[in-house]
Formats: sequence, structure tokens, C-alpha cells
Amino acid sequence: MDRRQFFLTTASVCAGGMPTNTLKAADAKEPKEFVGVLVDTTRCIGCRSCEVACSEANSNFVPDVQNDNALQQVRDTSDKQYTVVNQFKTAKGDVFVKRQCMHCWQAACVAMCLVNAMYKNKEGPVTWDGDKCVGCRFCMVACPFDIPKAEYRSWNPRIMKCTMCYERLQEGKRPACVEACPTDTLMFGQKRELMEIARHRVYNHPDKYVHQIYGEHEAGGTGWLYLSAVPFDQIGFRTDLGTTPYPEYTKQFLVSVPLVLFGVPALLLGLSELTDRKNEVLESEEWKKPGDAE
Amino acid sequence: MNTTAVVTSELNRVIRFVWEELKPRGKWLTPFNIISIPIILIGLVILFFRFVYGIGSVTNLNQYYPLGIWVGFDVVTGVALAGGAYVITFVVYVMRIEKYHSIVRVTVLNGLLAYIFYAGALTLDLGRPWHIVNPIIGNSFGYNSVLFLVSWHFLLYMITMAVEFSPVVAEWAKLEKARKFLTALTLGAVIFGITLSILHQSGLGALFLMAKPKIHPLWYSEFIPVMFFVSSIFAGLSMIIFEGTISHKVFKDLLGGHDHHQYEEILLGLAKGAAITMFVYYFFQALLFIHEKRWELITGFWGYWYLLEIIGLVLIPCFMYAYAVRNRNLAIIKVASVLTLLGIILNRLNVTVIAYRWYDLDKYYPSWQEVVVTLMVVFTEIWVFRWIVTRMPVLAKRQ
Repeated sequence: MDRRQFFLTTASVCAGGMPTNTLKAADAKEPKEFVGVLVDTTRCIGCRSCEVACSEANSNFVPDVQNDNALQQVRDTSDKQYTVVNQFKTAKGDVFVKRQCMHCWQAACVAMCLVNAMYKNKEGPVTWDGDKCVGCRFCMVACPFDIPKAEYRSWNPRIMKCTMCYERLQEGKRPACVEACPTDTLMFGQKRELMEIARHRVYNHPDKYVHQIYGEHEAGGTGWLYLSAVPFDQIGFRTDLGTTPYPEYTKQFLVSVPLVLFGVPALLLGLSELTDRKNEVLESEEWKKPGDAE
Repeated sequence: MNTTAVVTSELNRVIRFVWEELKPRGKWLTPFNIISIPIILIGLVILFFRFVYGIGSVTNLNQYYPLGIWVGFDVVTGVALAGGAYVITFVVYVMRIEKYHSIVRVTVLNGLLAYIFYAGALTLDLGRPWHIVNPIIGNSFGYNSVLFLVSWHFLLYMITMAVEFSPVVAEWAKLEKARKFLTALTLGAVIFGITLSILHQSGLGALFLMAKPKIHPLWYSEFIPVMFFVSSIFAGLSMIIFEGTISHKVFKDLLGGHDHHQYEEILLGLAKGAAITMFVYYFFQALLFIHEKRWELITGFWGYWYLLEIIGLVLIPCFMYAYAVRNRNLAIIKVASVLTLLGIILNRLNVTVIAYRWYDLDKYYPSWQEVVVTLMVVFTEIWVFRWIVTRMPVLAKRQ
């Protein structure tokens, strides 16, 4: 290899390596605490005012709560509705559970997104930016709660999910569903305060609640927290999600990237020099000891 | 004569030359054309509907299966099968083993086209493909995203493979100076390309690490990235054997002066490499099987489905390769390569589609439109491949 080629080789390897250096630690302390909502399912009466308020605030499909008999079956959020209330028959009677984005503290969808279209705002809500999104739908793969929904029937599909009414929060208002709730099932606040209130309720009514606050640790902790009178797997929650924040699952891989990105070229460049046979000396001749001759 | 005039006349010559070469050659009504032309035309119509009325109008994707065969087969499987390019360039340019030099060009061409068409098929699946430049330019870098890494590596690897292949194009267009310059870039491109391949072959697996609650535990482990990388080695080698077998039949007259004995030796070498890497892969799977107590999961359909993949389409072809190498039996090597490829296709589809949300009653099945578009992608790639090998010095040096 002559000098000119050496420079070409080294330069092309190094230049290619530069833009892929993707690991930048962003651990600046946020002055604000994340906000969330505490859902006390023992208080919910299934009036679905939150569904209506949500759809009106986000210009989505507004359900006809009086006549659509939607509580007959268990529904999921969709590309038309950010939140739904479901009815579960349990040993302690009918339980109504509101479902929407959990606004994870370390959200899988955010970690998966290659363009930061899914974004964890410093106030806590996870929002989606249509100007950035490429529509790969890997956020839907990553989300342990199956929350992001795609508009498959549109030439320009949006990813639809609860934003915790981010725009209302910035105006100093509470989320539309919380505002609409007539029974104080929903309580908006900072997670630390909400956890205190939730623990207080469980402590004061140990027979009324199961001693678990869903969202305290699930998937690394979520912005929305749930209290329940019956075990959570009976009211439509997955209890097998673990307590590891989902981005942790890819961390090991991402950490090994620089090792490969710089280790492998170094090894291969060295190898290719070592294997260069241009000035090869025939080893069999050189290393033969006199006694070996046959 | 001044330089501008030289460049202009040279440019004119190249344009006229390319124009001449673009014209079709040979017979039109071959069986392959009769099948592929209608499928490509129907595929184009389907794509029209897909871009006007949305992905949901032609696919069976839904809110719980956001990825179908366009990603699971075209992209994830296609990239694994294109792994041969980085393995062979490593052997020839880094280890400098000349025995495989004669298959470098065709392997790199196959890799390049596979990435252009199969990774390119990703744009058909993206909801907002016009934003595809966002991860590359602008201020929206998802630094902590595996997908960000994979998308960058796809792009860079396509460029490095284009550089690796470019001397052939220069030779074809009779641009001697350009050829010399581009040849000098080869080693750098090869080394960079191998690095990128290690990262994005494993990165494709890492994309599914966060889908932990959704992938059947027999296919999910924290080592998916390692599995994907190791299996891409023998997937690539088997693909070279498979493609080489077909190319040798179809393009017989292009191989002028080709030494058949030498080709046999190459096939045996590739088979040996595939056998040993498959055994390492199988050994790793066996370790995982014991470590995660997977025998408890070998019940019912999913257990047998898993055994079919690991025993039937990894271990058995592995032994077939080893047996065939000992007995110099090329026929068995070819059968083993087909089985291995089926195993890789099954593995990638299991992770992305089949064992994904295995607990659902309402499983995803591809629609006929998805199948036609997938075939369209494969056929178009073969068309371009055929066009290039019948014109450029790929299979053999120009006489």
C-alpha cells in the first residue's frame, strides 16, 4: 500500500465514521417535575364525559355516549379516539377503567423514534410531531401498552395518541378529561404529589384498594397512575411488563456501537497490512531447522 | 485541444454509449419475462392505490401489527440474505485469499442491488416517506434510537458498496482514469462496509429488543442482535451458493473461459464456512435454550414451530453442508443452501411477524397485494441484475 492509498483508505474510513457517532449523553437536570394523572377506578361511574371532552379538545370523533352502548364490549383507543372507558365485571362489582397513553417516564416510543417525532416534553407529556415523523410505525412496535395508533387509510397518516392536552397545559389549564370528570376519578398533578395521595388512600382504606399503584414502577414508571379495588389483570392491564424502563433494553447494544465502529476498522486495517503478500518470504524456507530436513 | 472540449466529447461518448446499452438484448418472450412483467405492472397499480388511499387500503396491517411482510421479509430478511457481500469482501480484500476473487464482483453487485431494492422497499412501507431525509438532515437526530443508527448505516453501506462496485462500471464505460481512482478506494470502502454491516445486521435485531412483551419468549432474548449478526454470515454464504447455482445455468455463455474445477473449489469453501458458522449459531441457540429453561416452552404449536426452525432448518442443513464438503457432493450443498435460506426467512419472519403477538387470536396475514408488491420488488431487482451482468464485466473479465 503506498502513502497515497494509505491516506485515501484512512480518510474514507474515518470520514464515514463521523456522522454515525450517535451516543450523546443528555443528562442535564430538568428543573421541572413531570406531571401526570391519578386515576382512582373505584370512583369512576362510567359516564364517559372524559371521552367526549377529549375528542372535542382534540377535534377527534365524538362518541354518542347516550346511545352507542359502547360499554357492552371492551374497546381500545383508536386512530379516532385518544381515550376510551371500559367496563369490567369483577368480584367487587362493575369497574370502569379509562385507557389512554400512560406517558412513561422513559418512553419506549421516544427511544425508538429515529427523528424525535415522538418526544418527551420536559413537563412530562409524550407528544408527536407530524413534521418530523417518517411513518415507520416502530413506536407502535415498541410501546408496551399498544397506545400509538396509525391512520392507515390516509395518504398522509398521523400517529394518534393522547398528548395529555399539552397545549392546554401550556395555557395553565388541566387536561380536558380531568376537567370534565364529575366524580374526581381523575386528579392532575406532579407525580410525587399524586403518589402521596394514592398511598394515603390505600393506607386509609386498606380493604377498599389492592395494595399496588399501577404505574409506580410498571415499565419503569408512568405519568398516569391507577388505583383499583381488584387485581389489575382483572381490569385489562398487562401485569407482565416488568419494571425496567424500556429504553434500557437497547442500551447494551447502543453502548457497544462505538466499540465496533472504531475497533473493527482498526483490526481490519491492521489485518490487511499483515496479510499483504507483496514482500512475502517463504516461511517454510526460513524456519526450517537443519534437523527437520527430510 | 482544451480540457473542456475533452471532457465534453468524453461525456458525449459516455451518454451515447449508455443509451446504446440501455436497449434490450436477446429474446423477449422468456418464461421469466412472461411471469414477471404482469406482476410488476400489477404491483405498480397497487402502489398507486397505496400512495393515494393509504397503506391500509392494500395491506392487512392494523393497529396491533404495524409491520407486515414489507418490513419482515423485504427489509429484515433481504438484508440478512445480502450478508454475503461483506463476508466475501473481507475474505478477498482483508484476508487476501485470491481463490474467491472471481466471485467478488457478482457478490457485491448482488449485495448492492439487494440493499437498493429490499432496504429501498422500506420507503413503500413508510407512512410519510417524503420525510425520509429527516434522519439525515435537519435537527431531528434521534441519537438514542437504534433505528436512527440502522437507517444511517443502510445509507452509508449502500454508498460503500457502490464504491466497491464502481470500478466495474468504470471499466464498462471505458473510463480508465476513473477506474484507477475508484480501485484505490476499494480497501477503505471494504473495511468501512464490514464495520457497518456488523452494526446494522445486529441493529436490525436490536430494533425488536423493546418489543419484549410482544415476541414469543422462544424467539426473544437480549441476544437477538448477536443472533442476527451471526446468522447473516451463513445466510449470505448460502445465498451466494444459491445465486451462483442459478447464474451458472442462466448466464452460462457469459462465463467464457471459466474454470469449472475452480468454481467447485469455491463452492466447497463457501459450504465449509457456512457449516462452521451455522454450528456456532446453533451452539449459541442451545446455550440460550438451557440458560432460559426453554424446554418448558416446547409445548404445542409454538414449541414445534421453534424446533422446526432450529433443528430442521439450522442443524440439519449444517450437517448436510459438513457431509457434502467431506464427500465433495455439490448437489447436497445446493439442497442445504435452500434449506438454510428457508431457515433464515422463517427466523426473521418469526421475530417480526409470525411469533410477534403470538397470543393474539386475530393474527396478521399478508394480503395478496402485499405478496404481489414483494414479488415485484424481487423481480425488478432480478431485471436490473440481468441488465448489468449482460453488459458489464461482472461474471468474468471482458475478453
